[in-house]
Amino acid sequence: MTETPGAGLQVLVCIKRVPDSSSQILLTEDAQAVDGRHVGFTVSPHEECAVELAIRLADATGGRVTVLTVGPPEAVDQLRNALALGCGAAVHVEADPARLGPADVAREIAAVVQEHQQAGTSYDLVLLGNDAADSGDFQVGIRLAYALGRPVVNGTSTLEVADGVLTAHVDGPAGAETYSVPLPAVATVLEGGVEPRYPTIKGRMAAKKVAVEQRAPVTEPQGPRRVRLLLPPPSPSTVEVLGEGSAAASAVVDLFEKLGVGR
Amino acid sequence: MILLFLETDAEGVTEISLETVAFARSLSAAGGGIAIRAAVIGQLPDGVREELGAHGVNEVFHVSGDAFDSYAGAAWAAALQELRERTGSVVVAAAGSPRGNEVIAHLAARLDVPMAANVISFAGLAPFVVTRQVVGGAALEEMRLDVRPALFTVAGHAWTAERAPEPVATAWQEVTPEVAPADLVARVVAVGAKEEDRSDALKSARVVVGAGRGAGGPDGFDAVIELARLLGGALGVSRVVTSLGWRPHHEQVGQTGSRIAPELYIPCGISGAIQHWAGCASSKTILAINTDPEAPMVTKADYAVIGDMHEVVPAVVEELHRRRG
Ligand SMILES: Cc1cc2nc3c(=O)[nH]c(=O)nc-3n(C[C@H](O)[C@H](O)[C@H](O)COP(=O)(O)OP(=O)(O)OC[C@H]3O[C@@H](n4cnc5c(N)ncnc54)[C@H](O)[C@@H]3O)c2cc1C
Ligand SMILES: Nc1ncnc2c1ncn2[C@@H]1O[C@H](COP(=O)(O)O)[C@@H](O)[C@H]1O
Repeated sequence: MTETPGAGLQVLVCIKRVPDSSSQILLTEDAQAVDGRHVGFTVSPHEECAVELAIRLADATGGRVTVLTVGPPEAVDQLRNALALGCGAAVHVEADPARLGPADVAREIAAVVQEHQQAGTSYDLVLLGNDAADSGDFQVGIRLAYALGRPVVNGTSTLEVADGVLTAHVDGPAGAETYSVPLPAVATVLEGGVEPRYPTIKGRMAAKKVAVEQRAPVTEPQGPRRVRLLLPPPSPSTVEVLGEGSAAASAVVDLFEKLGVGR
Repeated sequence: MILLFLETDAEGVTEISLETVAFARSLSAAGGGIAIRAAVIGQLPDGVREELGAHGVNEVFHVSGDAFDSYAGAAWAAALQELRERTGSVVVAAAGSPRGNEVIAHLAARLDVPMAANVISFAGLAPFVVTRQVVGGAALEEMRLDVRPALFTVAGHAWTAERAPEPVATAWQEVTPEVAPADLVARVVAVGAKEEDRSDALKSARVVVGAGRGAGGPDGFDAVIELARLLGGALGVSRVVTSLGWRPHHEQVGQTGSRIAPELYIPCGISGAIQHWAGCASSKTILAINTDPEAPMVTKADYAVIGDMHEVVPAVVEELHRRRG
């Protein structure tokens, strides 16, 4: 199942470098991507939780987490952050994400999984975020599962592995759902089930020493079919200030009465 | 031909699925009156046929059988795949809900065609170009979907779940598609009590009182909780609050939390980052309480009080008590 039979879980976790815009979004000149140059970059909270779950599973079984990204040269920063948290290996498929569609990304990830398998490392579990923070396609994990011929659980927030079976919990429309699927499997993660850890200084030092596996894409991308990105027109502020401090309390309660709330 | 996957709960077809039907009606009209068909899966409440007739759905396929007793994304997509072939549908769509996105993504992977998530409108029919939400709704993308079948989901709150101007007589077919064992491997094996979906109260609340970093610490929530109680509402918080461990994640509002649409949202000490706004933009009225008059939450709000939430909120609570005697 893994390099040494009977060894711990091999987990692959996929993260995407995305702009860390918080107050305002800017677009690149060609309107094909969000411009992150002035705001910095991060990964989605869903993926932070996927990394945390992956590390916990690997640690509990004496296994290893490999972190993967398909992205520009700078995306190595996001890989190093994940290494600092406790991932043991990293793979960087260098490509411009604005030129890739979700099917392209899934194909690239599948190619890495298959090639590593031939080289002797079989990933028991591949974790992804439920949706990427920028493009929000909601599909890479599912497409990957089909490409690999593996079952997929979508939108899980906590999971366990025992005896080659993944038990995943999902907050479903009718209540807390449980899935129980044999490994190898794919799962996409939603924020909320675990609190991502912070890197330690020791972790940061160790991360610098890990050699990141650099790869080129294996296929010509079909592309995202994007015509252009648009920003919703800024709506002029029409805020009515009811007052300052506790003196505004009476105006606030008047508003409640006007809106008919709280009775 | 348009084929929809619609979700139901104990009361009927879900609101967001009816919004999707409204979108499909406008697409149908633009295409010269294309028929709208829908698949509903598993156990149904009463009245679904009448409800969908009122919303203009021409034909419904009710998918049932042992394979559909509990949810399995691949199996549900397999059923949709068979119905698509049978009906020759060129568009297959669902709500931009967790299930809707999941089932359509399965179908997209099975057919190896593109999928557009969270569509709000179409920008053109030939070629088919859709406009969809990206970055949690803070930006939009125009995407070419000129492949058949065109697969997409419709973002919540983008359309109103209005009835059709004229009800239609809805044809009804019971179907039990074959499902391959591989499509049942990832299947829900147990469903816990409904109470465990703790964000439900927040998502359906008429009033939400929000609290962010301005709460100051885990002990800073008493007054906002009391205000929420007095207004018969729920507490919602920002991601800073959950990631600092001050409050549990199921109370988080935003791109990676709950989407709320209350009559009144009262964010206190929340700056209004785009990812938070993604979760509260559908609020009817927003009253922001913040020390900073320039905070995006304040400038985007309908009403604001400028001040320390630890003074303003207790004063409002006291005033409510006073007026209620
Ligand atoms: C991909 C991604 C997804 C995200 N998803 C979410 C999400 O789902 N939900 C979410 O909320 N965030 C999300 N975030 C984080 C988001 O970008 C912001 O960091 C977060 O919303 C800020 O929380 P805040 O407003 O509480 O804190 P801050 O931005 O620090 O704002 C605090 C506000 O409180 C005011 N204030 C301070 N003290 C007081 C006081 N005593 N009285 C009154 N006002 C006071 C300040 O003026 C300020 O406006 C996400 C980020 C990313 C990158
Ligand atoms: N460029 C990428 N590199 C690595 N993982 C990715 C990339 N794009 C998407 N993913 C993964 O797929 C998940 C879903 O993305 P999406 O389907 O694009 O919304 C993300 O949360 C990531 O875990």
